[in-house]
Amino acid sequence: MTKWYRENAPITAENLSDEWMRLKRGSVTRRHFLGVTGLGLAAAVLARQPGVFNSTAYAQDLGSTMSLATWPNYHDPATFEAFTAATGVAVEVNVFGSNEEMLAKLQAGGIGWDLFVPTNYTISTYVKLGLIDPLDMSKLPNFSQASQSARFTAEGAVDGTTYALPKNWGTTGIAVNTSKIKTKVTSWKEFFEVAMTEADGRAMVHDYQLTTIGSALVSLGYSFNSIKQEELAKAEELLIKVKPHLYGINSDYQPGMRATDAWMTMCWTNDGAQLNRDMPEIAYILGTDGGEIWTDFYAIPKSAANKPAGYALLDYLMAPEHAVKEHIANGAPTTDSRVLALLPADVTSNKIVYPDEASLTKLEFGAAVTLTDPARAELMARFKSA
Amino acid sequence: MPLTPDRKRQLTTAALVAPAGIWLFVFLVLPFMAMVVFAFGERAPEGGYQAAFTFAQFANLPSRAAAFWNTLMIAPVGAFLCLIVAYPVAYYLAIKSNPKYRLMLVSLVVVPFWTSLLVRTYAWMYILGSRGIPNLLGMIGIEDIRLLNTPGAVLLGIVYGYLPLMIMPIYVSLEKLDRRLLEASADLGAKPVSTFFGITLPLSLPGVMTGVALVTILLLGEYLIPQLLGGGKVFFIGNALVDLFLQSRNWPFGSAIAVTLVVVVVIVLSVAMRIAWKVSGSRQVDLV
Repeated sequence: MTKWYRENAPITAENLSDEWMRLKRGSVTRRHFLGVTGLGLAAAVLARQPGVFNSTAYAQDLGSTMSLATWPNYHDPATFEAFTAATGVAVEVNVFGSNEEMLAKLQAGGIGWDLFVPTNYTISTYVKLGLIDPLDMSKLPNFSQASQSARFTAEGAVDGTTYALPKNWGTTGIAVNTSKIKTKVTSWKEFFEVAMTEADGRAMVHDYQLTTIGSALVSLGYSFNSIKQEELAKAEELLIKVKPHLYGINSDYQPGMRATDAWMTMCWTNDGAQLNRDMPEIAYILGTDGGEIWTDFYAIPKSAANKPAGYALLDYLMAPEHAVKEHIANGAPTTDSRVLALLPADVTSNKIVYPDEASLTKLEFGAAVTLTDPARAELMARFKSA
Repeated sequence: MPLTPDRKRQLTTAALVAPAGIWLFVFLVLPFMAMVVFAFGERAPEGGYQAAFTFAQFANLPSRAAAFWNTLMIAPVGAFLCLIVAYPVAYYLAIKSNPKYRLMLVSLVVVPFWTSLLVRTYAWMYILGSRGIPNLLGMIGIEDIRLLNTPGAVLLGIVYGYLPLMIMPIYVSLEKLDRRLLEASADLGAKPVSTFFGITLPLSLPGVMTGVALVTILLLGEYLIPQLLGGGKVFFIGNALVDLFLQSRNWPFGSAIAVTLVVVVVIVLSVAMRIAWKVSGSRQVDLV
């Protein structure tokens, strides 16, 4: 450090560390920290790069930032860059591992998401609790109800009012690294067996009651959505027996699978497609005994801080030419036939993304009751703390 | 009526203390009271809180016994391990290091704090993950070692994360140490070991106690490190709280656990303070 630098630096190293600790302890506000360290100014200067504010047509109406709550590995970062370039609105992305967590944040209030991605079975609860707005379809010209597959999109409307538009559908299956695990896993029953034997210490389940408890129920021959006390007790027994053998309980399992720390995991279609694309030895399997089929939706929270931007991004994502890029990047199947028509053949023929209809027949959509059932929530907590 | 000097001083004191007092009342006392009220309530059907008066939440505490137990075990163990690692470092910094470089060396201890603990803990995920140390072990023929998502990884992360908080108070108390006492001890024929245990260690005890208390208290609320390095399998009370508020949305039970945790911390703190007073004579000990 030169003398010149020391004398001209906006803040000394010692002061910066002091201020940082004060911020961490919560003794000062972020604003104070950014101000006194000069980092706020630096960020403001950096934010003024070309491309951010040069689209005056939108900038006045939409503000300069918005916030999206979604799931891990579910978007193409390029989509948001393109949206920012087109509208001047920067998108802040937050990822969550369960619908419960999203609901908890919205219930607690004050989080300022402008758009979020709830799964089919949660929408009726959001409506009941008054947490989401009916959508103003006049602001969403890119959406086309006619090209949607009703099988996947029905739960976006409650009592005839549309509250959410479909993002993707998909399944919850099993990803297996076949170079590490030689046993052929074809069902949830085998998933839990192999987790305790060949994949001891190497299997993952979600940190998410719906799929973890649901898949355990399926492996025992019960419904994915069961809230029957004796069936849940059996599922708990199984999960607690499996727990010491698990590698982890986490809904963001891609890092573990890619690093081959984990060899087998509960897995959503899009992650299965991404893993298989980059590591062909990772297979994605649907349980022959059942499992989950789902649709994720976009919805706008009542508490959104920047609804115009929420609508703008939603409409942007509904345009088939944008949705198709998202699809190719994230690997989750579309509910929109316009998007399907634009897809390259290698995507539409990918059996992970578009499985045979026969393999879907046993799968169940999540049921609204599982979201709020206290018994399932407590079971998950007991499993995790066991 | 003119103010007497005494009255004036009182008013000045009150004016100076008021901002902090109001702050603590609004952001500590009131929320804590809300938490106590919540703890006697019920979970609303869709989650959250609904008014009631019940002891059911407290009766349900045993269902989180494992989490309490893990926390109460790992907090002192983690603090003790930190102490073992930190003391020699603090000793070197305060007594052995060249005063010319001392400031730089002390800064080096603080430098990691410039990066968020989250980022540094993520770094450990890569070091301990298959592509890190297990990969190197694989090269010398030790295959399929798993380090990440184990209790050992959590302990390592804790010692790493909290080390500076232990080094600093010990360093400060050692730095104040009057060197002439050490010379006197040597002059009177004491061996270095007896000088250390007879003079250096007792005189640095206030720092040691501060460090241990600081690390223990923070560890009782730790959430991040077990989540990231324990893979969601190593469950502390902090993790139980996060789940109750962010997954099952059971605010009353979460509040009951939080209140219990506060009570436990107060008990641990008073016991620690007792011990600290005893071992260092009746001298005043700064704990935090």
